[in-house]
Amino acid sequence: MSAGTGRRIASMWFPRLPSDRVLRATPLEGPFALTLREGNTERIHCLNPAAEAAGLARGMGLADARAFCPALMTDPARPDREARFLEVLRRWAMRYCPWVGTDGADGLVLDVTGSAHLMGGEEAMLDDMATRAARAGLTLRAGLADTRGAAWALAHHARGATARAAPGETAQALAPLPVTALRLDPAEVAGLERLGLRTVGALEAAARAPLARRFGPGLLVRLDQAMGRQGEAVSPAGEAPHYATRLTLPEPIGLEADVMEGTRRLLERLCEKLDHQETGARTLCLTLRRVDRDSRQVELRLAAPMRDPVRILPLFRRGLEGVDAGYGIDQMRLEATLVEPLPARQLSPRATGGDRARVEDLITRIGTRIGLENVQRFRPADSHIPERAFQVVPAAFAGPEAGMEVGAEAAAHSANRAGAGAWAAPRPRPLRLFPPEPIAGHGPRPPAPLRWRRMSLTPVRVTGPERIAPEWWFDLPGWRRGLRDYWMVDTREGRRLWLFHTPQDPAWFVEGEFA
Amino acid sequence: MSSLPPSLPAKPAAHRGPAPVFASAFPLRPARVHEVCGAGATAFAALTCARARAGALIWIRETWMRDQLNPLGLVDFFDPSRLILARPTDAVDALAVAEEALRDSAVALVLLEVTRPLDLREGRRLQLAAKTGGGTGLCLIPEGMGSNAAETRWRVQPHWAAPPEDHGAATRSDSTLLRWQLIKNKSGTLGAWDVCWNRTTYRLDVVSPVAE
Repeated sequence: MSAGTGRRIASMWFPRLPSDRVLRATPLEGPFALTLREGNTERIHCLNPAAEAAGLARGMGLADARAFCPALMTDPARPDREARFLEVLRRWAMRYCPWVGTDGADGLVLDVTGSAHLMGGEEAMLDDMATRAARAGLTLRAGLADTRGAAWALAHHARGATARAAPGETAQALAPLPVTALRLDPAEVAGLERLGLRTVGALEAAARAPLARRFGPGLLVRLDQAMGRQGEAVSPAGEAPHYATRLTLPEPIGLEADVMEGTRRLLERLCEKLDHQETGARTLCLTLRRVDRDSRQVELRLAAPMRDPVRILPLFRRGLEGVDAGYGIDQMRLEATLVEPLPARQLSPRATGGDRARVEDLITRIGTRIGLENVQRFRPADSHIPERAFQVVPAAFAGPEAGMEVGAEAAAHSANRAGAGAWAAPRPRPLRLFPPEPIAGHGPRPPAPLRWRRMSLTPVRVTGPERIAPEWWFDLPGWRRGLRDYWMVDTREGRRLWLFHTPQDPAWFVEGEFA
Repeated sequence: MSSLPPSLPAKPAAHRGPAPVFASAFPLRPARVHEVCGAGATAFAALTCARARAGALIWIRETWMRDQLNPLGLVDFFDPSRLILARPTDAVDALAVAEEALRDSAVALVLLEVTRPLDLREGRRLQLAAKTGGGTGLCLIPEGMGSNAAETRWRVQPHWAAPPEDHGAATRSDSTLLRWQLIKNKSGTLGAWDVCWNRTTYRLDVVSPVAE
């Protein structure tokens, strides 16, 4: 049991974290190493004891390693996955104390002050760590001391896999350890060894002033941190906000109303979390676990970030209707899988957010049926090519520019004109465009009896030509014929067509229809 | 005209009595579903959008349709940014989306491009949804594929009329003369009008009533 009020810090070091991570998933006999590309060569990033026994070492070139040990099996290292794995270990280590931070790429540091007795004392805690790590297939070295520096030193350089310095005995415990245990630069270590200061004890006994003058303040700071003369914080990584809630039921449920009620409860808790973080959910995933261990998922993609349970709940109805409850559902889990910032907004009397919110809800409801990307809006684009003069974008990711906010009909009309400013059409354009349909015709003027879609039409007024040149920086397959001369053609039969002629490769096409 | 249901009060026949009033028919009656067919159906739909109350405009077209709406053409009628396009994969989804949208009171107008004949049940469901939500529905139908549940049915054809001599060709160049025929009306008379949309003033001019 720790005595007094002094801090107690534990350091956990996973010396073979990268290779252990891979070997946990795919156990192998024999030498194994992970390689990482550095510059132009593959170097050994991490290796297992069998490979080390074969004479390999970290940082060795892969070609050399193969020469030493032809049976070596390798895998590319994945530093991102290692970092994620360490994060998992960090969360696991919170079983020992609530204050856990990461230490480098392969270590954890735990502030176990006052929590060691929960595991039955410090020795028992270290044993527990060692047992559990061994069971998980991880190599672990752990140290426990009064300071972070000392714990690190014990973990990395003590003789056994676990080492502990009793409270107040840091100096004695560290004295026989080499100076590398003080987390120094290799240059500083080399300098100290050149001076004959090989152990922490020798360094501690040496005069401070000459050391400070020779090596700068960094060396003594590290020494003081290890000895507890200078504080060093254990800063736990901020827990990423976790947007999931869970509900476990004593009796399985199967009625839709019951499931909706359960969803409502989950949603209220989830929205509270979202509210705290000023975020809104964009995608929600409801997992329903059934009695027979099977599970059903209902995904809801929202047209806008939202955190209002009253608005979200009805949107789940359609998804829940199709769920087969089997013998009953006994656990529900609701997770916001995609979250976007949604700052709190001031409500003003002029705000017409209600209307827009209802349209967003509608887009969500339609989106659950036909896919959110199939609900679209037009956006103006800067091009003279008719089919590229606008874009079609998913409505969920592009709000309306104008028009939605206006209240009265008169305002709607002025908005019609105001919004039209962004849409620049130099000349009347057809209402419908279709892929160009070839028609018979000769010469630069529209053909006089015009046969199109089995109709014979008589042009009575032709307006044009309006020449549009292809955008040479884009290779549009439809524009390989070069320039186009567009004509508006009114026919006696009423149809108004948009024709074009390609003078560089003479042919006539119909591309659109007015009215 | 002889096919009017007997329950309705007798109306004067169009060719005898006073000409039907355009204003009673055109801004389409809200909370009902209407139908339009003919070559000028798109222009009619665009005009309906231009005359719609504030709120969302939803245009439902199935994904396989090769032609596309041109917002640069629609801009002569209304701001295309207001329009929400829904692209369902088949007719059943299209009807479901239309019903869902009509039932929502935030929607001013739902336009549905129908590709197969609607039966009475489907038409009636849309009608009920429109009644719940209060928005207007407009189905763009191929000729003869209407549903009996429709409130009104229009046939719209682009129309060519020789420009009067006193007007230069320039004044007529932006006109879009359309012949609107009201071929079904559940609560009113039928009629036909020549209608012209003025692109610069955003006005709908009824040029001259035409005789049946």
